[in-house]
Amino acid sequence: MKIVLADDAVLLREGLASLLERFGHTVAAAVGDAEALLDAAREHRPDLVITDVRMPPTHTDEGLRAALTLREDDPQPAVLVLSQYTATAYAAELLAPAGRAGVGYLLKDRVGDITEFADAVARVAAGETVIDPDVVRQLLTRQRAADPLARLTPREREVLGLMAEGRSNAWIARALHIGDAAVAKHIGNIFAKLDLPGPDDGHRRVLAVLKYLRT
Amino acid sequence: MVGAVSGVWQAMARAPHRFLLSGWPLRCLLYLLGSVAVAVGLLMALIAGILFPPAVVFLGLPVGALERRRLRILDRVPVPSPHPVPKPGLGGWFRSRLGEGATWRELIYVLALASVLLLVDLVSLGLLVDCLIVAAAPVFVQVGVPFQFGDLVVDTRGEALAATAFAVPATAVGLYALSAVAATQAAFARWLLAPRDAELNRRVEELSQSQKRLVDAFEAERRRIERDLHDGAQQHLVLLAMTLGLARLEVGDGKAAHLLEDAQRQARQALASIRELIHGIHPQVLTDLGLPAAVGELAERCQVPVVIDLPLDRRLPAAVETTAYFVVCEALTNAVRHAGAARITVSGRITRYVLTLTVTDDGRGGADPATGTGLRGLADRTAVMDGTFTVTSPAGGPTTLRVDLPCGLT
Repeated sequence: MKIVLADDAVLLREGLASLLERFGHTVAAAVGDAEALLDAAREHRPDLVITDVRMPPTHTDEGLRAALTLREDDPQPAVLVLSQYTATAYAAELLAPAGRAGVGYLLKDRVGDITEFADAVARVAAGETVIDPDVVRQLLTRQRAADPLARLTPREREVLGLMAEGRSNAWIARALHIGDAAVAKHIGNIFAKLDLPGPDDGHRRVLAVLKYLRT
Repeated sequence: MVGAVSGVWQAMARAPHRFLLSGWPLRCLLYLLGSVAVAVGLLMALIAGILFPPAVVFLGLPVGALERRRLRILDRVPVPSPHPVPKPGLGGWFRSRLGEGATWRELIYVLALASVLLLVDLVSLGLLVDCLIVAAAPVFVQVGVPFQFGDLVVDTRGEALAATAFAVPATAVGLYALSAVAATQAAFARWLLAPRDAELNRRVEELSQSQKRLVDAFEAERRRIERDLHDGAQQHLVLLAMTLGLARLEVGDGKAAHLLEDAQRQARQALASIRELIHGIHPQVLTDLGLPAAVGELAERCQVPVVIDLPLDRRLPAAVETTAYFVVCEALTNAVRHAGAARITVSGRITRYVLTLTVTDDGRGGADPATGTGLRGLADRTAVMDGTFTVTSPAGGPTTLRVDLPCGLT
């Protein structure tokens, strides 16, 4: 697939590019700032845009802003944001606008798990929503005054975490070594116990879960 | 302003023997003798100044400095210099000094000291010396020197004793007079040479400005360190993790694979700890997304449930956000660590350009800003921002920590 890559650290950008090419993807452009990213994404119309959050000239969250801008484009590219921050607010910003294309928020550390990372790239490009497990963990471990998560069984909490990462039912079934029907039952229980609107597509499911967890 | 001098006056109000036997008469004497010495030196300098009159204007500067030090003879409280730090360069120095009221007040003092004060000092010292000489009349008579005082000639033992009997109380009175002169002169010197209220206020203003600059510089330095870590160590570690991951794919299974997995895990741990470190130095989420998001993240990391009520509709100046953030951070830490709180509420509002932030916990209370360095630091930090910081923490709780930070119009 065709990918446009943005990261201001040259070494890392090149490392990522060669990693992606190793998995058979084409890196149409590898750029170092948000402006160049927007130009390259609109010129090459890639299947996936991968960007760092922090880029010049202000070194704040320009990459995230560029990703949000691109998600308003038509056709909408899939966007994977790589970040150094576990703060859930970034992921929330990125996921807030609804969109048909895939979207992901991963810690940069994840590129070390090559196969995991390649999997995440493929899933986002395929239209799924992917949230870094560390970010999800931070949400799940947050202490709440009246903790409705307490009503969940340990297994249901586990399933909730994987749902928030953007995993599909089938994937969750495989990971937990249980049947699809069991997963569906767990999810039904979770939605009922947490008073969440019924599951629809993947992105809305993740959003619902995250929105709930952040409140 | 009359601190020192009041010491002399107080001593004079005591019983005569206590005053006369105390150190004060001697101090006053020393002070006046010094004044005479300085005044004589000044007279010579003034005469020399005829050659180049403009130099006279600056004569007050060294004399003022010397006289402020000399006031210590009569006063325990030092008199600070009324002169601010001059502008850089020789020209700047001249412009600064000529523009200051203090310079001209010192000049007035110089002229007064070299004229009226010198005269008064000489008269009062002369009177005292006369009294002492008369008191010593018996000694003169003993050695056979006739003692003449105006038309009066003292040459017999009886007359000499009578003279002494007269001179001893006169000396005592003279010491009182001399002390009064010294005290008055010191008050006059203090009045002219000490900084005026406006000058003191300006110094306070300068100090608070420099404190602000210091805090800003400190903050800038933190950001620089954060940026260096982010652009340097962190990127290299990500790259290392990636290379290790690739190597892991290459070697297949075996002993090397296990070692590589260990190395990967270590790289991940290093990345996690460097991320924590960077976050502690400067939370990027604060810069990027503002105070509510950053406080939200603090709440997510907190071991106790935190209710946040922070509806801010706009970004605040960076310094205000940073201060507010660290206040909440410290308050949460204290609530968890010391107060044993089970629930914490963070709320904030902006009313007329002032951010009011309160953090309340239901812990055991009894927090004292005077004992904890953390609270003390927050109070200092808030003060630099012209804000106020209050802690109410009765024993048994609840503890409420409140800061008001002016946000300015920027």
